[in-house]
Amino acid sequence: MTEEPIEQGAPEPAEATPEPVSAEPAAEPVAAEVVEPEPIAAPEPPPPAAVPARRPLAKRHHWIVRTTHWLNTLLLAGMIMSGLQIYRAFPHFGLRGGPYYANHWDGKPFPRWATLGGWLAGGLNWHFALAWPFVLTGLLYLGYLLVSGEWRSLLFRPRDVPRAMQMQLYYLRLRKEHPPQGKHNALQKAAYSFIVVLGALSVLTGFAIYKPVQLHWLTAAFGGYELARYWHFWAVWIFVAFIIVHVALVFLVDPASLRAMITGWYRGRFPSHD
Amino acid sequence: MTDDRPLSRRDLLRLGLTAGAASLAGACGWQGGPLMPLLRGASRLNDAVGEKVLLGSHRLAPQYPVSARTPERYFPAYSITRPVPQLQEPESWALEVGGLVRKPMRLTLEMLQALPRVSYTVKHHCVEGWSAIATWTGAPVSSVAALVEPTAAAGYLRFDTFDRGYSNGWDLKSAMHPQTILAYAFNDRLLTADHGAPLRLYSPVKLGYKLTKYLTKVSFTSERPGGYWEDQGYPWLGGV
Repeated sequence: MTEEPIEQGAPEPAEATPEPVSAEPAAEPVAAEVVEPEPIAAPEPPPPAAVPARRPLAKRHHWIVRTTHWLNTLLLAGMIMSGLQIYRAFPHFGLRGGPYYANHWDGKPFPRWATLGGWLAGGLNWHFALAWPFVLTGLLYLGYLLVSGEWRSLLFRPRDVPRAMQMQLYYLRLRKEHPPQGKHNALQKAAYSFIVVLGALSVLTGFAIYKPVQLHWLTAAFGGYELARYWHFWAVWIFVAFIIVHVALVFLVDPASLRAMITGWYRGRFPSHD
Repeated sequence: MTDDRPLSRRDLLRLGLTAGAASLAGACGWQGGPLMPLLRGASRLNDAVGEKVLLGSHRLAPQYPVSARTPERYFPAYSITRPVPQLQEPESWALEVGGLVRKPMRLTLEMLQALPRVSYTVKHHCVEGWSAIATWTGAPVSSVAALVEPTAAAGYLRFDTFDRGYSNGWDLKSAMHPQTILAYAFNDRLLTADHGAPLRLYSPVKLGYKLTKYLTKVSFTSERPGGYWEDQGYPWLGGV
């Protein structure tokens, strides 16, 4: 895979020879949000062959985004695994006596290695204990996006529809050049907007089956207790599918983004800011 | 942190394998080990939120038409004792009501049936995740409380049974809910042994394991009573 940098509007000429570590600047500014930006509009002059220039290291993710991302990774894993433990107690959907809703796993408890809690009470206690930090982590993340304005580079809007289609064509190899993009491409915006909605739906269906009498308006909005429980279960498989694609694309398309999500610093092929 | 060496693919693979193996080893049906006190604390917090914030004293559970009832053969009935607990002399049974009350009483089934009668067709929610619909009829716990006059110190109720040590503790607010009853009838007929004859606690605002069958005694207490499942780790409030 070629590693040419991709910028919004003005694609730079490819310059991709990795250089030896010794050529690094001695110290990188840590506090600065962005390391001395080189003007993006003006294309760099081609570097002398002897000292190839390197793309600047840029701050890509705020610490709140990184912390909530990894906290959420752990919490979501705990929520899913304790949820699968709870599912073992009654592996069907629908009122007693049936008919039960279509479910590939109907009557099939999940293997123990995929569960957390050991038995029903243990699963419930984990699930209800992790639910609050899961919600708070989500709210902290969304709060940061709102306050910082970062939501602008993440929210999928109508104008992103044709861009997402171009991006899909590129991934299907029906389009040669990578479409220009900002911090995220349109498909990423769709995915990262959708996953927030899915998280909210998981929490809401969760409350709907946690307190179906006290919150019966919420339970009714999802079609009643049995359906709310069914949607809550479906959310798991959409999360699992998202995680598989998300992790695969990190490694296949932009491995530098993993480091950016850990340390915040990024030296990859995409712009760090819109 | 600012080590500039890009992560190699091998590093990434190693990281992924380590994290994957660690999470698998950590899981495998793990109950919580040293984190158990933390989980219990969270459960108590959830009980408090469930009782003080989410539970409405007068919010009624939705009712269903009789035609929505789950066929009785599909309505599960659990007991600790097997075979199903049955009284040797049903005619000498009476419910003892005491503890922190001004007028302790023994209530026969006839006396309970003479109290205001509440009947509803509601959805039963089991902690396991299943649900079923049935009609329950009985005397409100609040009517019994009005007879025995609990003292100001009474903050909880303890329900005892003749089902080998099965007991339950309830908060006063849930017990005084208008739909919380001492039920003597299931789907318009007197309770059968499998559903807790002669008398069981019923309420649509609690999970099934809080709805104590085979009642012998109700005590008003100032200390939070434990319970058969609750002592083993199930959430104490069990409110829905």
